[in-house]
Amino acid sequence: MSGTTQTQSDLQTLALVAAEKPRGLRKLSGPSGDPGPKTSTEKTDPRRRIGRIALYAALTIFAIGLLTPFAWMVLSSLKSANEVFAVPIRWLPEAWVWQNYVDIWAKSDILTWIRNTLFLAVVVTFLQVLTGSFAAYGFARMRFRGRDALFLLYIGTIAVPWQSYMIPQFILLSNFKVSNTLWAIILLQAFGAFGVFLMKQFYETIPEELSEAARLDGLSEYAIWRKIMLPLSIPALASLTLLTFVNTWNDYLGPLIYLRNPDLWTIQLGLKSFVSNLYDTNYALLFAGLTISVIPIAIIFLLGQKYFVEGLATSGLKG
Amino acid sequence: MAITAADAPTRVVTPKPAPPRRRSRLKMRNTLIGWSFILPNFLGFGLLTLVPIVVLFYMSFTNWNIFGTANWVGLANFQRLMGDGSFRVSVLNTLYYSALHIPLTIAVSLGLALLLNNKIRGVAFFRTAAFFPYITSIVAIAVVWNLLFSPEFGPINEFLRFIGIANPPGWLTSPDWAMIAVVIVGTWRDMGYYMILFLAGLQTVPRELHEAARVDGAGIWQRFVNVTLPCLRPTMFFVTVMLTINSFKIFDLILVMTEGGPGQSTLVLSQFIYRKGFMENQFGYASAAAVALFFMCIVVTVLQFLWNKKRSI
Repeated sequence: MSGTTQTQSDLQTLALVAAEKPRGLRKLSGPSGDPGPKTSTEKTDPRRRIGRIALYAALTIFAIGLLTPFAWMVLSSLKSANEVFAVPIRWLPEAWVWQNYVDIWAKSDILTWIRNTLFLAVVVTFLQVLTGSFAAYGFARMRFRGRDALFLLYIGTIAVPWQSYMIPQFILLSNFKVSNTLWAIILLQAFGAFGVFLMKQFYETIPEELSEAARLDGLSEYAIWRKIMLPLSIPALASLTLLTFVNTWNDYLGPLIYLRNPDLWTIQLGLKSFVSNLYDTNYALLFAGLTISVIPIAIIFLLGQKYFVEGLATSGLKG
Repeated sequence: MAITAADAPTRVVTPKPAPPRRRSRLKMRNTLIGWSFILPNFLGFGLLTLVPIVVLFYMSFTNWNIFGTANWVGLANFQRLMGDGSFRVSVLNTLYYSALHIPLTIAVSLGLALLLNNKIRGVAFFRTAAFFPYITSIVAIAVVWNLLFSPEFGPINEFLRFIGIANPPGWLTSPDWAMIAVVIVGTWRDMGYYMILFLAGLQTVPRELHEAARVDGAGIWQRFVNVTLPCLRPTMFFVTVMLTINSFKIFDLILVMTEGGPGQSTLVLSQFIYRKGFMENQFGYASAAAVALFFMCIVVTVLQFLWNKKRSI
């Protein structure tokens, strides 16, 4: 269901192949995390120095290739409409047209789109984190017949692309009269297997003795989940929250199929329609809109980068 | 060793087995509590994922249309698919995309991971930069790249002309180059993600092995082939499985960049399903194509699992 988004379904696929031995969140402190043996001769060795320079050169080329499109997007958003296609290409705007960022609010419904997207992202994230971590406790800590088979079913569906069952799902939701409402997207995204998998992986790294002790103190399983597991799993909850939020914000296919009414459009749908309805092709304005749609995600990503990377790496590896 | 074994019985307090009846009641209670944890998520998961998958197979044998009337037509949909030129094109294009995208993404993201696995200043910055495309919305990616690829005014062709290529490709306007442009963007978007996986994998490679190989006089390339790659095999397996499934189902990138064009040159299987289902309302027929996609993914995943198992013995 949440296979709607590329990211999440990637993760789910990961989950499928990685569902063997659970580990905690992968610490990806990078090579810098482990200083290792390093002698002073290594530093002064000229061959090593050349290698280092080559390394930086390669990385810089990579970084330029990766970031140029972003730079171009932001710079174009500050140009006048005609200047975007100036030949030969001019990177910096002749005059910085900050007005684009004012006009976009008046010339499009971007406020509505942002409101819808924000609403969806918050509700979906809340439900996914809640039901995911709750179900994960059942899978990680309770022992009962059929549990492992059920979990296998959860991960099995991860190899099934959403595109293959989007039609019956659409008919089902249409019969419930929720297509063309925001509820459709909430239902679609909120009960993903990925959240269950990620949280289960993490719970299994928490020592069983903690819950045992709490059980002896008379705490119910629900209280153990709420009072012990939840507080201890904050890093994993942060990962799941960030990943779900970003996925929902960026989702394009789900809204495309379900949200026909322009009042319900998300920012992705809105901007896409803006592309195709741009009579005077004011691309500078469009780039302003795109920049606005990317910035919240960029900020969230930069703030929570550690959790992003650890969450993703956890989903990807068994050991 | 012997001491531990002798110690064990005294240290481990085995709980006394409960009387049979109490035990079965306890089991029952555990089952109920267990299910109560899973149920909230399972309701959504079952209804919105499991049920549609089952219904999909039924639909593929019917002529289900927009009015919801469905007659059993047996294998008619599948026979029709066999003779459908667009379907064949879409399958071939999907395979073409996969054949380019999978090796390219592995090479680039592994290369990047190897570069970033060095102890150098600024590693965090490069890692962030590499990851950024992956969290950017597909619409922004498509608009920006479509203009970068623009044959007349685009910076890419301008650069190519600058370095002396007189007739740079038409990219998205050319049937021969459109898919290649999509592959480039797809790789650009995905490589940060796979790089993270490879980086995590690289950290499981024992340092001592590298040191030993170095002492034995192995060069960088020999160490890569004989030490790094074998140690990365589990990661490589995950990455390949994921990349394959993700390539087979490629859809959103195509939809926002080319919509399958020019002509049918970038029409892929997922889009064929979408067109037949949501634009032409032939739900039954579209479901048959979706069953094809389903089996493509499952069969390839199972094959990769078997191959991996065989190699790890």
